[in-house]
Amino acid sequence: MDYLNTLLFGYYPYVAISVFFIGSLARYDRDQYTWRTGSSQFLRADELRLGSNLFHIGILLLFVGHFVGLLTPPAVYHALGLSTSAKQILAVVAGGVFGGVCLKGIIILIRRRLTDARIRATSSRMDIFILLLIGVQLALGLLTLPISLYHYDGANMLLLGEWAQRIVTFRSGAADQVSEMGIIFKLHLFLGQTLFLVFPFSRLVHVWSVPLGYVTRPYQVVRRR
Amino acid sequence: MTNQSKKPRNIRAQIGMVLNLDKCIGCHTCSITCKNVWTSRKGVEYAWFNNVETKPGVGFPQQWENQDKWNGGWVRKINGKIEPRQGGKHMILRNIFANPDLPSIDDYYEPFDFDYQHLHSAKESKNPPTARPYSVITGERMEKIEGGPNWEEILGTEFSSRSRDVNFDNIQKDMYGEFENTFMMYLPRLCEHCLNPTCVAACPSGSIYKREEDGIVLIDQDKCRGWRMCVSACPYKKIYYNWETGKSEKCTFCYPRIEAGEPTVCSETCVGRIRYLGVLLYDADRIETAASCENEQDLYQQQLDVFLDPNDEDVIAEARAAGIPESWLTAAKESPVYKMAIDWKVAFPLHPEFRTLPMVWYVPPLSPIQSAAENDQIGMDGDIPDVRSLRIPVQYLANLLTAGKEEPVVLGLERMLAMRAYMRSLTVDGVVNTAVLERVGLSQLQVEDMYRYMAIANYEDRFVIPSSHREYASSTFDAYGEQGGCGFSFGSGCSTGNTDTNLFGGNSKPQRGGGIPIKIPIKVEAAK
Repeated sequence: MDYLNTLLFGYYPYVAISVFFIGSLARYDRDQYTWRTGSSQFLRADELRLGSNLFHIGILLLFVGHFVGLLTPPAVYHALGLSTSAKQILAVVAGGVFGGVCLKGIIILIRRRLTDARIRATSSRMDIFILLLIGVQLALGLLTLPISLYHYDGANMLLLGEWAQRIVTFRSGAADQVSEMGIIFKLHLFLGQTLFLVFPFSRLVHVWSVPLGYVTRPYQVVRRR
Repeated sequence: MTNQSKKPRNIRAQIGMVLNLDKCIGCHTCSITCKNVWTSRKGVEYAWFNNVETKPGVGFPQQWENQDKWNGGWVRKINGKIEPRQGGKHMILRNIFANPDLPSIDDYYEPFDFDYQHLHSAKESKNPPTARPYSVITGERMEKIEGGPNWEEILGTEFSSRSRDVNFDNIQKDMYGEFENTFMMYLPRLCEHCLNPTCVAACPSGSIYKREEDGIVLIDQDKCRGWRMCVSACPYKKIYYNWETGKSEKCTFCYPRIEAGEPTVCSETCVGRIRYLGVLLYDADRIETAASCENEQDLYQQQLDVFLDPNDEDVIAEARAAGIPESWLTAAKESPVYKMAIDWKVAFPLHPEFRTLPMVWYVPPLSPIQSAAENDQIGMDGDIPDVRSLRIPVQYLANLLTAGKEEPVVLGLERMLAMRAYMRSLTVDGVVNTAVLERVGLSQLQVEDMYRYMAIANYEDRFVIPSSHREYASSTFDAYGEQGGCGFSFGSGCSTGNTDTNLFGGNSKPQRGGGIPIKIPIKVEAAK
């Protein structure tokens, strides 16, 4: 059990992150023609506008929440006047709200992807897999909320933060932090890492292409050959 | 030099096109040859880089001209600046998760094929077997085909549907629903390769660009991320979303042919000889001013003012200094597009009110005299009939070509009628009728040129295309560099890392052979 714990939460993160970066790079370099959002709005717009907006807004806020929440050292938010238990309440409330928004969106997206003949016929296996993976991951994340409501001391949260910080700073003992966690948390961690692993092989790569440069670019583009 | 006090001009060249609608017979050869070359692939079955519409009608995709519905093109703001009608940059980014102005495939048509195999395999029966339609997207049978690329062919729908055509604005249209008063014309359409393209402006990835050397607007297939803003931005709806690859595609103006000095496929194959290709010189610094002029009806004149006279010594000198090759300057002088659009003013831009400054221009069609049939007399105005009594209402043509301003269209039509009257006098009566020319402000030389270009329409006169220059477009086509190369390709250039199982979730791509010709293998569908 200890072996599996170390494998999944000590080594797997590095495998996943390595594949995430190197895979993205390789795809960008070798196969940009496949690098796209893969939108199906054109084939069936009916429910997509609501579903896609809710999903994207929800998941982006969840990502930012996880990024900041996991990687901010306790000393930093304490210095900002946020106690550990207050941070946990913040995390539960924010996670609950954004998770709810995202859930509403992804339910719409999953339903149309699986039941609409046009969307189903034009979906690749990866399109369906990645959507279901995110759906399950989201459900697991939401399931951790009631567990977190049993105690407000933030102990679990501190351990998860410590785990993430040890991973990204290449310190040993990361896996030990989460060895006593409940199965829901462990599954959520595992699928979260798996998302990074499969990211370069799915349509998710369009996340890298957030067109921020568009804001400062002139409207017209002229190329000299 | 007379221009020295003026700001230096930013001279560029573009290959423009004119379509002489007076001679279009609606045969669709242009559409078919274009499709065979460019869009006979999965994902773009519904896409017609070139299509021919019967007007009046709502067109393809449905109601493409109605920008209240699609929000294409530009809009002039109160402060005098223009921004895409669908919204400025921030609005476009805000809508990036789902584009509210995106047409769906049902606004075009669900691509279909017929189950021909059934004709071979059907068992013996009382009734002959039929090949029933099925959707190319889902493979499922379609009980009824609801639309097609040319659904309104020869006024093929009821008037109430057809008359939603926005070109009926300011026209009492009800009478045109009556058989005796009905009228029609053909409108072949392709990408306008605009001077001020909204598609380029709306592309968040910056993947659409205008080529400096010849003005062709292209989509970089590698850089396109499928945000779909261009589809709604283009007021002509000439950008098509490939639902298979998730990328947008558009008319390429057959750039490999243009670079080699050959006409586009649609032009080459036009049996009516209605298409003209030629160089236009323009001042790129004037584009923004022209596109943002206050009154929509001035846009036509504003666009004319962007173009430069290829015979003007100053223009030639400045163009030379700007690096435009000599062969292009020579071609500009011979340009049939310049002659028709700027010199004779018989060709007009399509919907200038979209503010994109389109570069595919149209000669309006003449039509039979309406009152002649009714009153047994022709409304003559001197030697030429009154164009306001033509069967196709002038206001309709003006709505199509000059944002509703009738005068330029009237003059264009009168000049075409004057040319006929002049040539008839000359060849039938042997009389040189200069009176008719004076009335429409043409010289004898001009009208004889018009006759040569528009009536005879020799190949050499229609297509004056200078080939690309190595020194001008340094990497356009380097034969040595291309040796053993992959030629025309989508995506990863010469990558040979393509196998049947693509690691990255795309479709397996054809192995690329050496060099041109353009070749995209078509997967043979399994028998149904």
